[in-house]
Amino acid sequence: MKLLKLWLLVMAVVVALSGAAFAGPTLDNVKAKGFVQVGVNGELFGFGKPDEKGVWRGLDVDTARAIAAAVFGDANKIKFIPLTAVQRFTALQSGEVDVLCRNATQTLGRDTELGLDFAQVNYYDGQGFLIPKKLKITKAKQLDGATVCVLPGTTTELNVADYFRENKMKMKPVVIESNAELAKAFFAGRCDVLTSDASQLAGTRAVAPKPDDYIILPDIISKEPLAPAVRHGDKQWKDIVNYAVLAMIEAEDLGINSKNVDEQLKSATPAVQRFLGVTPGNGKALGLDEKWAYNIVKQVGNYGEIFERSVGKNTPLKLERGLNALWKNGGLMYSPPFR
Amino acid sequence: MKKGNPDILTEQTAQRAAWFNDPKIRAILYQIAVLGIVGLLGYYLFNNTVENLKRQSIATGFGFLNKEASFEIGESLIPYSAADKYIKALLVGALNTIKVAFVGIVLTIILGTFLGIARLSKNWLVSQLAAVYIEVMQDIPILLQLFFWYSFFYDILPSPREALEPLNGVFMSNRGLVFAVPEWHPAYQYVAMAFIAGCIAVYFMRRWARKRQERTGQLFPVFTLSLAIMIGLPLTTWLLSGAPLKMSVPELVGFNFKGGLNMSPEFGALLIGLVLYTAAFVAEIVRAGIQAIGKGQVEAAMAIGLKPGQVLSLVILPQALRVIIPPLTSQMLNLTKNSSLAVAIGFPDFVSVASTTINQTGQAIEGISLIMVVYLCFSLLTSLFMNWYNKKMALVER
Repeated sequence: MKLLKLWLLVMAVVVALSGAAFAGPTLDNVKAKGFVQVGVNGELFGFGKPDEKGVWRGLDVDTARAIAAAVFGDANKIKFIPLTAVQRFTALQSGEVDVLCRNATQTLGRDTELGLDFAQVNYYDGQGFLIPKKLKITKAKQLDGATVCVLPGTTTELNVADYFRENKMKMKPVVIESNAELAKAFFAGRCDVLTSDASQLAGTRAVAPKPDDYIILPDIISKEPLAPAVRHGDKQWKDIVNYAVLAMIEAEDLGINSKNVDEQLKSATPAVQRFLGVTPGNGKALGLDEKWAYNIVKQVGNYGEIFERSVGKNTPLKLERGLNALWKNGGLMYSPPFR
Repeated sequence: MKKGNPDILTEQTAQRAAWFNDPKIRAILYQIAVLGIVGLLGYYLFNNTVENLKRQSIATGFGFLNKEASFEIGESLIPYSAADKYIKALLVGALNTIKVAFVGIVLTIILGTFLGIARLSKNWLVSQLAAVYIEVMQDIPILLQLFFWYSFFYDILPSPREALEPLNGVFMSNRGLVFAVPEWHPAYQYVAMAFIAGCIAVYFMRRWARKRQERTGQLFPVFTLSLAIMIGLPLTTWLLSGAPLKMSVPELVGFNFKGGLNMSPEFGALLIGLVLYTAAFVAEIVRAGIQAIGKGQVEAAMAIGLKPGQVLSLVILPQALRVIIPPLTSQMLNLTKNSSLAVAIGFPDFVSVASTTINQTGQAIEGISLIMVVYLCFSLLTSLFMNWYNKKMALVER
């Protein structure tokens, strides 16, 4: 079934790539379709998963909505395609999705050999370990001989092999493609430890039968900058995706949020005027409506807002801003000037 | 000269028309044309794909096979570590597929034959039970069965620290089945050699016994003697070389069992799922094969005084096998191909390793081509073997 899907995607790659005329810029394509087609996780709480009412929720989902708001002025002109880790890049390469907002780690290899372009990071993450409390493990160094549940085709799969190798420890991986099936196997005790990005572990722990029976070890063994990705070669579309993310960061920086954005239209600050399109220019440069950034903030919110409602302290994930705070507050979130 | 010209012309025209209208030549021309078009189309697709991959700056070629894989694989028949190359990782996956397919095929044929005969049993309960089994197993999709068996392993069985021990040295937990095996000793080498020697001896004994029977009509107790040679010879060797008895008994060390032989839940679930599912189809094939033989043949065989065992081995089986083998081949191929569902329950078969490779290298087209080639080879080898066996069986006709 999964294989069949991968198969179809590969056939799509062959067909898409073998067409004589290369498809025009993605923006025209998206506008003609009337919606943005976005690859999302589908199974990851806090990043991309529908809630009980079927409404998509999460940080990646909101990032995707920001792109739709920038392009169409309507955050709902969007179609979500759930993809597994193994399918995601093939789906993007083949043109099945216009943009991938699926907690993908930016790496050199993916940026070059995979023919992708990564936009601004929307979550700075690192790989950790989730483990049942009853095993009484407190450090990752005590994991010698453990059976480790890990998603196939991820950077975490490589990092964990590296980590055990460099510490001369042995591991036995159990790899299952579906996030949900993997979590089920872990909670049933098939593995001693589940490894993934720390944010994902928090998301998985939040949906555990008994979340309090599990802890996330303090060790973070890698850097995982998670960013939206587009196909290499369409600079305009990459700019749009990139600046849609940056606009949310800049909005937080300028103190603009979804509640005060209408008042801010009257602001006398030149930077705010330029940002919201009161002073035109930015929209034209990107090939978008001058109201693009206004629409993002009005309909989706600034970065702080989407962080807090998806993964923040009042959600079951209870994540701190940490590296994802604004640069002013000691984090890494920093946007170039919007001018 | 002038007179002859029109004649030559008509003759030439006639010849040309004949050449063009010759259906044999036409057929060849059509085939060349079709082949040419297919070839051009293939060339066009290939060329454009390569061109556009380059334009999108996606890496191409099989060079990645020599890069370090740097991911671990859960179980392997050969030593493997993350420091090995992709090609070795893929080999590990292919061997895992062969392992599950081979063991699966053997068990399926045994269980399927048993069920097929049970289905024909005169005992009402036995035949009805077999019928229910066959219907139920055929009607549930194999993927669901795999999920069921996998969750059976990890949901119902306890953790390794509370493992069940149904027999001494056999442990069942959600990490799989671990059991004690004899520890390696040089004596086993000789035991294996003795077994092979036994097999050869049995082969020649059977030939001799058959010839003698054809000549004199006397029967020779081939079966009992074969059994005695094949068990007795290795056993004597084992006793003579000092009867080594040391066992490698699994022990709980840290997280897991060490020592003994381990069957992982993924392998177990996949094997059970595939065998139970495919056996239902094989049972129907076996039943059909046996029923294809006229009742009169059995009665005739009994009438000339053959024993029931001889009726089965000399009259029914040789004919039934000819009916059974072709559909059985396709079931074996099905089992091999269905083993790629392993991805869903995390058994590292070839598809699983190949899709990880595809994702880590981004080379989907190369990866999928490899999957296709490998499965094609598996299937062709299985069919080749079965076709050879089929031919051998078909010669029974006199």
